[in-house]
Amino acid sequence: MEHHIIPLRTYFTIFGALLLLLGLTVGVAFLDLGPFSVVVALSIAFAKAILIVLFFMHVRYSSRLVQIFAATALLWFFFMISLTIADYMARSGDWPPSPDSGPLSLAEERRLW
Amino acid sequence: MAQHNPAVPTQHSPHLAHHFDTLEQQYDAANAGMWLFLATEIMLFGALFVAYAVYRFVYPETFFEASRHLAIPAESPWYLRSVFLGTINTTVLLVSSLTMALAVHAAQTGKRNRLVWLLLATMVLGTVFLGIKGLEYFLKYEEHLIPGPNFIFEQANRNQAQLFFLLYFIGTGLHAVHMVIGLGLLAYLVFQSRKGRFTPEWFTPVEMGGLYWHFVDVVWVFLFPLFYLIGLHE
Repeated sequence: MEHHIIPLRTYFTIFGALLLLLGLTVGVAFLDLGPFSVVVALSIAFAKAILIVLFFMHVRYSSRLVQIFAATALLWFFFMISLTIADYMARSGDWPPSPDSGPLSLAEERRLW
Repeated sequence: MAQHNPAVPTQHSPHLAHHFDTLEQQYDAANAGMWLFLATEIMLFGALFVAYAVYRFVYPETFFEASRHLAIPAESPWYLRSVFLGTINTTVLLVSSLTMALAVHAAQTGKRNRLVWLLLATMVLGTVFLGIKGLEYFLKYEEHLIPGPNFIFEQANRNQAQLFFLLYFIGTGLHAVHMVIGLGLLAYLVFQSRKGRFTPEWFTPVEMGGLYWHFVDVVWVFLFPLFYLIGLHE
């Protein structure tokens, strides 16, 4: 069976990069970047995930079919999250009612829907 | 396509199932099937991340406070704070991913002893991860941060904070269940590789076990910053 054998060096390099990114994400978390902190945290998380998927999981060296499967899974996840968040962003400020505010009256319920 | 001449009996590997032409083709089918399964796993954890995104979007201040409570509880020494334990655990999991990747490499190059030891190392690291996770759960229990009647959160938005901790326990709990399953798969691989079942010609189970283990690592890569790191800054 012909397989691409990734040299050991590559695995250690990727591992080093993953540790660096871990240190970076913990360090940056102590800084107040306002709305950018979530962007930075998720960018670093995606960078780590991509390194693991491409090299440790060999997707970079896999068949085109496997690459499409991996990419599609991510695409569908983005559909799920973007459509859901778009819905909540389009609603008024008091939706959903806070779990701390107690049960709503029927009139309030109707107004919110 | 392989050309078959029925008059000439072909020598083929005992691992080759009759409905495949070559080991190469059989491996490609296994790999694609595994990735299809991982895609469904992404949907499973994905729903959880969507729930997290919705409630963090709706209650950003409470999520900040609750995560702060989780990561740096006021009255605990630095080595018992979740931000420290979680960072250690992330490192442990990354090292276990490295040993798993090296194990697949050992299988590819036919180094049987090294394969067994690397799989065992991966199991030890996975167990350490679960141990630290268990310690964290115990500390959260002592701090009354388990959602339910004994949940204590000394601020106005108690129930919003419960949502955060509910997502934390379901997210990390589902992840821990996957770790336990992964340990079971690794134990099977250790057993099989000790018997010399895997050769450079056929080691598909090692490769697939590796894919599963790395996937669980990827899930943690997202869980860690989203739950532990969002309340650290002043």
